[in-house]
Amino acid sequence: MKKDIILCGVGGQGILSIATVIGEAAVRAGLFIKQAEVHGMSQRGGDVQSHLRLSTEPVWSDLIPRGEADIIISMEPMEALRYLPCLSKDGAVVTASSPFVNIPDYPPMEALDAEYDRLPNAVRVDIESIARESGNPKGANMALLGAAAPYLEILSPEQLGDAVKAVFSSKGDAVVEANLKTLGL
Amino acid sequence: MQMRYRFMEEKKLLLGDEALAVGALHSGLSGVYAYPGTPSTEITEYIQKYAPEVRSRWCTNEKTAMEAALGMSYAGKRALVCMKHVGMNVCADAFVNSAITGVNGGLVVVAADDPSMHSSQNEQDSRFYGKFAMVPVFEPSDQQECYDMVSEAFELSENVKLPVVMRLVTRLAHSRSAVQFSGSRQPNALSPSSDRSWVLLPAIARRQYDALVDKQPSLEKYSESSSAIEGSGKTGVIACGIAYNYVKETGADVSILKVNRYPLPEAAVKALSLRCRKILVAEDGQPMVEQEVRGMLGSGYPVRGRLTGDLPRTGELTPDVIAEALGCALGESAGEAGTASVASRPPQLCPGCGHRDVYAALNRVAAEYPDARIFGDIGCYTLGALPPFRALASCVDMGASITMAKGAADAGIFPSIAVIGDSTFTHSGMTGLLDAVNDHSRITVIISDNLTTAMTGGQDSAGTSRFESICIGLGVEPEHVRTVVPLPQNMDSITAIIREEIEYDGVSVIIPRRECMQTLKRHRK
Repeated sequence: MKKDIILCGVGGQGILSIATVIGEAAVRAGLFIKQAEVHGMSQRGGDVQSHLRLSTEPVWSDLIPRGEADIIISMEPMEALRYLPCLSKDGAVVTASSPFVNIPDYPPMEALDAEYDRLPNAVRVDIESIARESGNPKGANMALLGAAAPYLEILSPEQLGDAVKAVFSSKGDAVVEANLKTLGL
Repeated sequence: MQMRYRFMEEKKLLLGDEALAVGALHSGLSGVYAYPGTPSTEITEYIQKYAPEVRSRWCTNEKTAMEAALGMSYAGKRALVCMKHVGMNVCADAFVNSAITGVNGGLVVVAADDPSMHSSQNEQDSRFYGKFAMVPVFEPSDQQECYDMVSEAFELSENVKLPVVMRLVTRLAHSRSAVQFSGSRQPNALSPSSDRSWVLLPAIARRQYDALVDKQPSLEKYSESSSAIEGSGKTGVIACGIAYNYVKETGADVSILKVNRYPLPEAAVKALSLRCRKILVAEDGQPMVEQEVRGMLGSGYPVRGRLTGDLPRTGELTPDVIAEALGCALGESAGEAGTASVASRPPQLCPGCGHRDVYAALNRVAAEYPDARIFGDIGCYTLGALPPFRALASCVDMGASITMAKGAADAGIFPSIAVIGDSTFTHSGMTGLLDAVNDHSRITVIISDNLTTAMTGGQDSAGTSRFESICIGLGVEPEHVRTVVPLPQNMDSITAIIREEIEYDGVSVIIPRRECMQTLKRHRK
């Protein structure tokens, strides 16, 4: 079994901490993993993505081949669409619904809607509301991970929860509890 | 033997950079010398974090780093030098000559290349530097090899008495995988060389160069001894470094010669050619091996690669381009990134960043001078070239803002303005400023000081709190070294100062100083 995941968003939105949690869960589960990240210049408000490959068999390429990603997890609705060439024909998209507009030519919402209507397997989630309602307004990325959890399959909700505990333990019990609540698993 | 830097686990999820760092620590490293540069920065940062007893303070530039490492090697200890690919240009004088002096303690030079220029101004291939200096080059293909090959590189360096280059690419430097640790050794004891070979007077240098040439067959033999061909397909693939993973990913029925060590093993290449009908050379960066293999096999043998168009001539390799070159079907994807629904999102200066106020002020003043040119440099502030500022006429290499502004002023451009960051100024700007002072050039230099090396993540900057005295020491008139605080509310006074200094017929320096927003956020936590 394998899960190839594209994590994406805008520099500074916290996609790398989602990657860290999934990576931690994968290592604990004894899976093979490769996770290519983007550091440096593009982290300054530009588009960022991480290729995360989990498998019960050894993984070769650090990059996901075209059409082989099982899921795109995105902190931003336009950014998710950027990686459609990577996504398999019946792959899933789980994305934050609210746009992050820091460019003058951000496409009109109707153009995004048209794309999402065409995709068979896409959900747009109001992660800011989930985070706020769970009492953890800074935890939008955990809300997104929670929404994506049912699609991960290779990792159980319990394994993700344990990874959240491990990753955030150094920041204290309150942070762990808040993130677990926002994760909602 | 006692394990140094024992981690809780014997297996850890690490970036390629971090795996290399742990490998170096486990090899008895005594010092790492580096200037930050994407994608190499995390090697030194990891050593700084986990091994405080190893000498690891950031250097002013790659040349000072290379020379200090050579000094540590002279003293008999193991030293690591890390830089991004263009850093090899900066340290080239020291690097090439270190092959002539030879080494005492093991010396490993890490060059992290950036094919596709994710964070760079070119995609030069550091393997050429190894060939140029006639020293061994190692090119790991995955994170485990990053760890394993460092200790091998130190061993080889001490055995053949030469520096060894380790070449990484961005996709390996910045990708994580599980790495299994093996044993570790203690650092070397102090045992300074007493060999005359370090004094490169012509008579000695000639002898040393002959010795270097004489070592070449044994270096090739070394590469040869670790080259095996796998598979039995009629198409041969020479897979260099990370390209090996992409070839394996395709699952194609090919014969593979995996290349991790240079000089290129000629006998292995010839053996592959005899087994196969044609050879595809898969290498990240420039077609160095492809050219060499053409020479080895002659024009009659079909050698394919970047030069023949089977692979793209530029840009990093991907599993997709390798699959296409091997005739494998690509997966069917969910769609394309349509232009109607996806706009490009280039990086930009952070909200509240002081560089923003610097450019706002410069643009306001420059609008009053129709012939004004602002020469830029390497760092976050290069983003001032993009909208909304569009302020920069150039960005070439570390320090070039000052010297290009000088040359442009020499030619008659007025006003000629340089914008350079604090860390870039100490890296390579000071010597150019001295030229301008000595020549009484009419330039205004803006040292945009955010108290850190920001672009690479906030490393210490070599000249922090000393820029005024450095400039005055280099000969800039004290009354023309001005300091301002780049904030919107100071815009009137900043623009007035810029106007005054532009009108001064000589070298002036303005230092807008305000902490980087990223490090400020961290310091407040």
